[in-house]
Amino acid sequence: MSEQVYGIKVPIRLDYTYVVGTAPARFLRGLAQGKIVGQRCPSCAKVYVPPRGSCPTCGVPTRDDVALSDKGIVTTFCVVNIPFAGSAVKAPYVSASVLLDGADIPLFHLLQEVATEDVRMGMRVEAVWVPNDELQPSMNSIRYFRPTGEPDAPFESFKEHL
Amino acid sequence: MANPCAIAGIGQTRHASQRADVSIAGLVREAALRALEDAALTFADIDAVVIGKAPDMFEGVMMPELMLADALGAAGKPMLRVHTAGSVGGSTALVAASLVQAGIHERVLTVAFEKQSESDAMWALAPKIPFQPTVVAGAGGYFAPHIRAYIRRSGAPLDIGMRVALKDRLNALRNPYAHLHQEDITLEQIAQSPMLWDPIRYAETCPSSDGACAMVLVSEQAARSAPHRPAWVHASAMRSEPTMFAGRDQVNPRAGQECAAAVYHQAGITDPRREIDAAEIYVPFSWYEPMWMENLGFAPEGTGWRMTLEGATAFDGDLPVNPSGGVLSSNPIGASGMLRFAEAAMQVRGQAGEHQVDGAKRALGHAYGGGSQFFAMWIVGSEKP
Repeated sequence: MSEQVYGIKVPIRLDYTYVVGTAPARFLRGLAQGKIVGQRCPSCAKVYVPPRGSCPTCGVPTRDDVALSDKGIVTTFCVVNIPFAGSAVKAPYVSASVLLDGADIPLFHLLQEVATEDVRMGMRVEAVWVPNDELQPSMNSIRYFRPTGEPDAPFESFKEHL
Repeated sequence: MANPCAIAGIGQTRHASQRADVSIAGLVREAALRALEDAALTFADIDAVVIGKAPDMFEGVMMPELMLADALGAAGKPMLRVHTAGSVGGSTALVAASLVQAGIHERVLTVAFEKQSESDAMWALAPKIPFQPTVVAGAGGYFAPHIRAYIRRSGAPLDIGMRVALKDRLNALRNPYAHLHQEDITLEQIAQSPMLWDPIRYAETCPSSDGACAMVLVSEQAARSAPHRPAWVHASAMRSEPTMFAGRDQVNPRAGQECAAAVYHQAGITDPRREIDAAEIYVPFSWYEPMWMENLGFAPEGTGWRMTLEGATAFDGDLPVNPSGGVLSSNPIGASGMLRFAEAAMQVRGQAGEHQVDGAKRALGHAYGGGSQFFAMWIVGSEKP
């Protein structure tokens, strides 16, 4: 007896050219030099990273670049215990919202060099960069963040960023 | 002032992890034919078709509405596709309702679906873009940090999420269409299920379902010839906000608060907890029940978890939430929002069978999508407004 066929697998592939725009391009070029570049809104003074070239709240262009620290705090995080296709690292790992010093919006990145059960909201962290000759215009220039060992930031100082 | 809009027909599929017995076209027809039968109409009576589903990248079928036009009887008629991520089932119903409310059409068929067995949502929701490493593992990876923030802000006991999961799975036992029917489920089993995206356990997440939902929305004139008592749209609203902005509150998003305020205002509701008899809200991860209780104004900020703990949201509570078993028991993503809207209408029609809330006169249907950035809601009632 032949096997019933209900469906077939048809893999699809999509390669595309992504035009990032001028402000994100400056951010990406900064990463290629080991720097993190944000932009300040001329109206509300909030600092965006990555910059999008405009403030989503005020609707005005952002033109003032701001050099940001590569240190910050973990506002909140997730311990990922489930493997998935295309994952950058092997589970379990911690993905964290990192609010860089001087920025008003957190970045999402990997947190390592710490046991998953020791990660805390408010933990001080710093970027670990790839070696200089491997820097590229991509977030992959930062391998991950790791704890600095400084005292945790108080909840009040980042509760507006959750 | 908008014309009245009635829900004269409701249909849904049996939801399952894999409906290998039907193609996508077969799946949407199953729901559509049930809705038409409920309204005692045929495809020929329909003036327009409004269809919705979640991102095309899920099944890898681009613009599926093109290949579904014939299956849904749309030849020679207007056909619209709506897309607002996870909230799409709700916003699709609202776009369909607006065509009736505007007086443009008499009878509109609206359908939403997802066939997750043909899809890889986890892959589709873990995008590779130049600004972030591929560490956000699907929807769970995106929402888990916000749940952690809610727990920290509210001081909620850590077992609240498990209690919601247990309640919704027990409710699902009353719903013959629900995907999950876990007869012997216990709090202990849920506690022992693997921690996927800490703090979200496996048993606190929605399943991955194949399914569809459909409704026939009609004018006051057309409602007169409907064989069964219709539900009436008392209020409807949609709100959006940017995915990211400084100071964005992802635990209690402003767009959700404003959308809720808009529907209460339209329906003349000042005390939603008292005046709404049942709510079908979009809870894909169990902790979103207490979070949305606050966002929807049923509980003051920081206290939504008390409603779960005290049993207020249980089937026999003062505000039954997700008597159908909700998204935690069936999640055909694109259809999940429409199922909330349809289940709310079933309650006020007295059509919900074993999961009927006694004497429900007014119910809320709610959906959200994207990074909690799209909200769609309606309030339906048993009486014409």
